[in-house]
Amino acid sequence: MKYGSTAIALGLATLLALLAAAAGQDVQFRTHMWVAFTVLGIASIFAFRRIQFAKAGQTLPVEDTSGYLDGVVRFGVIAAMFWGIAGFLVGVIIASQLAWPILNLEPFLNFGRLRPLHTSAVIFAFGGNALIATSFYVVQRTCRARLWGGNLAWFVFWGYNFFIVMAGTGYLLGITQGREYAEPEWYMDIWLTIVWVCYLLVFLGTLVKRKEPHIYVANWFYLSFIVTVAMLHLVNNMAVPVSFLGTKSYSAFSGVQDALVQWWYGHNAVGFFLTAGFLGMMYYFVPKQAGRPIYSYRLSIVHFWALIFLYIWAGPHHLHYTALPDWAQTLGMVFSIMLWMPSWGGMINGLMTLSGAWDKLRTDPILRMFVMSLAFYGMSTFEGPMMSIKSVNSLSHYTDWTIGHVHSGALGWVGMVSFGAIYYLTPKLWGRERLYSLRLVNWHFWLATLGIVVYASVMWVSGIMQGLMWREYNEQGFLVYSFAESVAAMHPYYIMRMFGGLLYLAGALVMVFNIYKTIRGDLRSEIPMGAEAPALQPAR
Amino acid sequence: MANTQKSLLSRHAVIERNVTLLLVFSLLVVTIGGLVEVAPLFWLENTIEHVKGMRPYTPLELAGRDIYVREGCYLCHSQMIRPFRDEVERYGHYSLAAESMYDHPFQWGSKRTGPDLARVGQRYSNEWHVQHLKDPRSVVPESVMPTYKFLANDDLDTKAIASHLVANRDVGVPYNDDMIANAEADMKAQGDPNADSKGLVARYPKAVSADYDGDPTRLTEMDALVAYLQMLGTLVDYSAYNPTQDDR
Repeated sequence: MKYGSTAIALGLATLLALLAAAAGQDVQFRTHMWVAFTVLGIASIFAFRRIQFAKAGQTLPVEDTSGYLDGVVRFGVIAAMFWGIAGFLVGVIIASQLAWPILNLEPFLNFGRLRPLHTSAVIFAFGGNALIATSFYVVQRTCRARLWGGNLAWFVFWGYNFFIVMAGTGYLLGITQGREYAEPEWYMDIWLTIVWVCYLLVFLGTLVKRKEPHIYVANWFYLSFIVTVAMLHLVNNMAVPVSFLGTKSYSAFSGVQDALVQWWYGHNAVGFFLTAGFLGMMYYFVPKQAGRPIYSYRLSIVHFWALIFLYIWAGPHHLHYTALPDWAQTLGMVFSIMLWMPSWGGMINGLMTLSGAWDKLRTDPILRMFVMSLAFYGMSTFEGPMMSIKSVNSLSHYTDWTIGHVHSGALGWVGMVSFGAIYYLTPKLWGRERLYSLRLVNWHFWLATLGIVVYASVMWVSGIMQGLMWREYNEQGFLVYSFAESVAAMHPYYIMRMFGGLLYLAGALVMVFNIYKTIRGDLRSEIPMGAEAPALQPAR
Repeated sequence: MANTQKSLLSRHAVIERNVTLLLVFSLLVVTIGGLVEVAPLFWLENTIEHVKGMRPYTPLELAGRDIYVREGCYLCHSQMIRPFRDEVERYGHYSLAAESMYDHPFQWGSKRTGPDLARVGQRYSNEWHVQHLKDPRSVVPESVMPTYKFLANDDLDTKAIASHLVANRDVGVPYNDDMIANAEADMKAQGDPNADSKGLVARYPKAVSADYDGDPTRLTEMDALVAYLQMLGTLVDYSAYNPTQDDR
């Protein structure tokens, strides 16, 4: 019997969700369990329909497990694109809400509930699926081994996406821990822990059974990302639930300790989820696309260890001039500034990989995307240490400058490197000769780049303006502006920012169309990139 | 120099060939920062100032705080005044670590799309808060805050509050048996200006009983949230705080 145990497990989980929905202690929990029941129920129906029985005396044909397990990578690529569009769209919506507050629809679609939906959708749903898919692809190629654990990789994929659906619907219902980037409540955290341990097992198991003597550098980064995120997640989400059949829990820590634990987590969600993981991606796909080996093996060793060591210390720069003890703030600042060097080590190693292949930028928009991604990585890893200097931070903290900084890293570095990887992977995964259209990739590249430039520069200007307005004094020694005046001054910038986000979303939609056509097997007949358009002939 | 570098690099090959070593070393390397930086906060005496006046939240304030968390207010409002002239003039005395010692989780925030709320308590009337939450632009035309009319329509769950106090006690908030036994009664007493609030004030000094939402017939989520906002920053008498007594 094939798929039998999966279907039964899903059926039992559906039943459990139904029981929890009946016995839940608060409305939110009951509603959330109805969501779980629906999702698991639909999954069960699919699983039961796929059950195959062998005829008496025969056995079912055994699945061929000699090659790489790429089905899960294909699903991961599609899931990443789906969540990417969803996350960018919610981003544009909440940006519009700040410009036109009438767009808030209470209670479910208020800014306060949609903002975690946006951040989680782009970081954990889009970024997470991109990381899981590429890490599964890369670890198999660089180890020359099939993923360890049979169908465990499939469990990781579906389990992770189930977590995302539960977290996202939870935010709309107001289920949150109130910790930035760690909003999901205790029961979802436990589920994610189970999925994440399986992810670690699949990755480690594949490394163990590798046929290559060396572990390739991309896998160091992926491994440190998986391990560190596990550690951060476990510590930051320690909490005591009010009831095992209710949503609410109270953090194990309070006040100043809670703040530092949270930002130790929060900054390393950036450092390991959004940096180390995506550096792993960079170390495989940039050399592949450029057709050149990594620039410096020595640099990759030095910058790997320096990066993972230094990042962990940088959290307190989110708490400058707060009630956190000064020694911790200073320590955080010093390490944040040191972090500049290993960050640029990674950027240099990526960019210099193109030496001897720079001409390819003329003809290869995918490579262009990788290079732009590295450029934004370098830009935001310079900006970050600068903003962590206490005197700069005294101006920038609490303003939209921080939001701009995050987006130059997220849209520029994380987004662009993921798009590049998706463009690289799709023809290979679906056995297509090439992408449907390279010219459309070029369109995506320019839309996204323009979108980021608009977004980031608008946020620089408005953020600095905001900070200066708050501290402006007149000759008599009075504060010049009320807070409300600084809010009113933001209005035009919030509209421009929304427009930048819209450009970025438009670029991603172009990608979805291009990938859809590629998967279908269509090839657009077009003039190759870099070639001249045929000159117009004068009429005779 | 060149020699040591070469030998270091060749030693790295050992790690590259051994999954266990790579796993253990990277885990060790990422643990150090947290151990040195975060852990001492839990035992260093001078992390939290010694001030008078801090007490756990009353049941109604705690319920209000849970609503504050649920609605994601912290995404636009900080509760952490920095020690700068402009912030102190705008919002009041800079925030002390002691003032959030019973906050699970902390709500210092990281962004000021709206103003800081650490000392918003008693600055506006209850009526102002209710009007502002129902329709922010009717009192602050420039505001971009969402509306929260539904809070005035949603009844507050008074039955479960004792279990919330128990969970808080489990994570270290000094709620005693008396407070837990009277949680529901205290919650109702604080929402009714005519109720006997002697017990409430004895258990929670400075607790204010009022009809926060302007609807005396029932206890709503609006009552709870306004009660929470009105107590923010009112507990510690910071004029009596001497910053040199525990230098950090």
